[in-house]
Amino acid sequence: MNASIKAISYYLPEKIVSNTDLSLEFPEWSVEKITDKIGIEKRHIASEHETSVDLAVNAAVKLFSEYEIEKSSIDYVILCTQSPDYFLPTSACLVHDKIGLSKEAGAIDINQGCSGYVYGLSLAKGLVSSGICNNVLLLTSETYSKYIHKSDKSNRSIFGDAATASLISNTGLLSIGDFVFGSDGSGAEDLIVKNGGARNELSKEANFNPDDYLYMNGSNVFNFTLKSVPSLIKSILNKNKLEKDDIDYFVFHQANSFMLNTMRKVCKIEEDKFHNDMKKTGNTVSSTIPIVLKDTYFSDIENKNQKIALAGFGVGYSWAGCILEKSI
Amino acid sequence: MELKGFIENFKDQLEDNSVSVNEETKFKDLDNWDSLTTMLVIGMVKTDYDKDISATEIADCDTILDLFNHIKA
Repeated sequence: MNASIKAISYYLPEKIVSNTDLSLEFPEWSVEKITDKIGIEKRHIASEHETSVDLAVNAAVKLFSEYEIEKSSIDYVILCTQSPDYFLPTSACLVHDKIGLSKEAGAIDINQGCSGYVYGLSLAKGLVSSGICNNVLLLTSETYSKYIHKSDKSNRSIFGDAATASLISNTGLLSIGDFVFGSDGSGAEDLIVKNGGARNELSKEANFNPDDYLYMNGSNVFNFTLKSVPSLIKSILNKNKLEKDDIDYFVFHQANSFMLNTMRKVCKIEEDKFHNDMKKTGNTVSSTIPIVLKDTYFSDIENKNQKIALAGFGVGYSWAGCILEKSI
Repeated sequence: MELKGFIENFKDQLEDNSVSVNEETKFKDLDNWDSLTTMLVIGMVKTDYDKDISATEIADCDTILDLFNHIKA
């Protein structure tokens, strides 16, 4: 049995932080420099009391209304988040309740970052193609902004908050091909919120402790992607018995513009076949890939190409890729 | 891989034409040298010379010539 992405919607929080806003807070950080190097003009940030569950609910409600989907048709919800509302219960159960899904529907969280959408697709495809479920609601929702210290201008410039909702069913616009995965936990400390889990408590001292906040070693993460992504692309093509020229469009996790441009050159992909645009949203972690798919394939479907290669990579380290094919 | 071309490529990463650099330039002392420039150099080394270099290896080099020799080794 096939599995396809039938619909995608996304939700961005109302509050916007522009490069001008950041330059006012950090006078040494020029608007031009942020725009030129990382390719981001603004990012949406969740308000103080707005959480990943709230964003995910908004994305799901939007999906149902945009595509006239009956809530009762959903038999499983997967929520990908690294900023859950609570340690327990599972945030997906909260979302399930707030959007009023059938009591017979399953609900689980998966904890994965920039590779999360592709991982979520693989699980959703498994459920649908095996006949276990008919309609899987795949949600990605992240509020990294709550983990970033207000003085951390680099990460505040890069990351934005967002949520997406995708419906995975037997039929749909984009049929889901074969997957490739990878993991390397030896890179865990390069992108981490160290304190607050079971291993290390949050600091009790009044003084600032950087380990209470999100830390990213940008150059180590960059080196990891330069090493892992070119072979990931080769493996995706091999697994799907395709050549690079068979691919009409490459959608990588939209990390930042400079990193993507370097990866494009290393992977030897033509510019017009490669998506590199996160100007209006920033790096929204597991939501970047579905946002691109929505804006390209689900808005102006007629003129778009046939075979798309997806690649997600980052925190973990974790990476994954697959092929989507326009099936209708 | 020759030094002259390497220095030109390195200069391109600084994105400031007014800066003059040569093999003896201590690049970390340049006004616009920052962590983002380090990443640009990592990208240049990978795309133009097909070599991997870490931020620590770059930080361990003093002059552009040191960096060139390190990559060439």
